[in-house]
Amino acid sequence: MATVNISIMLKPALLDAQGRVVQGALKSLGYDEVASVRVGKKIEVQLPDSPDLDTKVKEMCSKLLANPVIEDFTYEITAQKSG
Amino acid sequence: MKFGILQFPGSNCDQDAYYTVRDILGLPVEYLWHQETDLRGADVIIVPGGFSYGDYLRCGAIANFSPIMASVKHFANNGGLVVGICNGFQVLCESHLLPGALVRNDGQHFVCKHVNIRVENAETPFTRSCTTGKILSIPVAHGEGKFVCDESTLASLKQNKQVLFRYASPKDNPNGSTDDIAGIANENFNVFGLMPHPERASEIGLGSTDGLFLLKSLLKGVK
Repeated sequence: MATVNISIMLKPALLDAQGRVVQGALKSLGYDEVASVRVGKKIEVQLPDSPDLDTKVKEMCSKLLANPVIEDFTYEITAQKSG
Repeated sequence: MKFGILQFPGSNCDQDAYYTVRDILGLPVEYLWHQETDLRGADVIIVPGGFSYGDYLRCGAIANFSPIMASVKHFANNGGLVVGICNGFQVLCESHLLPGALVRNDGQHFVCKHVNIRVENAETPFTRSCTTGKILSIPVAHGEGKFVCDESTLASLKQNKQVLFRYASPKDNPNGSTDDIAGIANENFNVFGLMPHPERASEIGLGSTDGLFLLKSLLKGVK
């Protein structure tokens, strides 16, 4: 099996309203030095390892997991030897 | 003219839309469950507001892959009339039947209030009972209604007059929507999405009847 860790973030050009509010909260805790906060999503997918895994994951991300109009995605694949 | 109203798990404006079509306008209407594929002869499909599939992943993202949406896409690509209201607008953007996307309101809050919107193009099947420039009072109720798109999409929306409604002034813009956009159509003007809820402004007891523009416009095209 392989574990795929997918990270999805709003495109940098878009205002991340959630991140801005979290930054404000950090500021109120005294962390004035925080320059920026952006909030994204992490999705963990497990599936059998295969030669076309990379293509498959890219497809899943662009078809469903991320919306390419507003989001960018990155992923890391960790293969686990069975047995 | 027969209406079909989609029902996803989590739709919650389906009954309001049904009531408006059947009880106020006296027109034939049927619910269409998300797992069906038959549009049952509907001439107009309404994708109603709510939280389809709990808004999981992104608003409208899961609904896009429901069996009924495959039929709606086929219907729309053959010129069928489709209207998406609020969550329905999000579903139509996720389905690429409309360009752009809807993201979290700038103010983070869920906004529920009457807003003024201005008719920007009254020459479409969805707006022809109006005149361009007319101001309508229609409620919004959403947390993720800020319309965004890239610059070239925005330029073509403007050039083709696909922006059918704008919030009447920046002050009326409840969500930070790009260029104050409240509702758009596709290039062929048979698919229309808007964040405000016309069905919630359809009888005087609700505070406004301005929302009837939509059904009146659709009917105006019927001989």
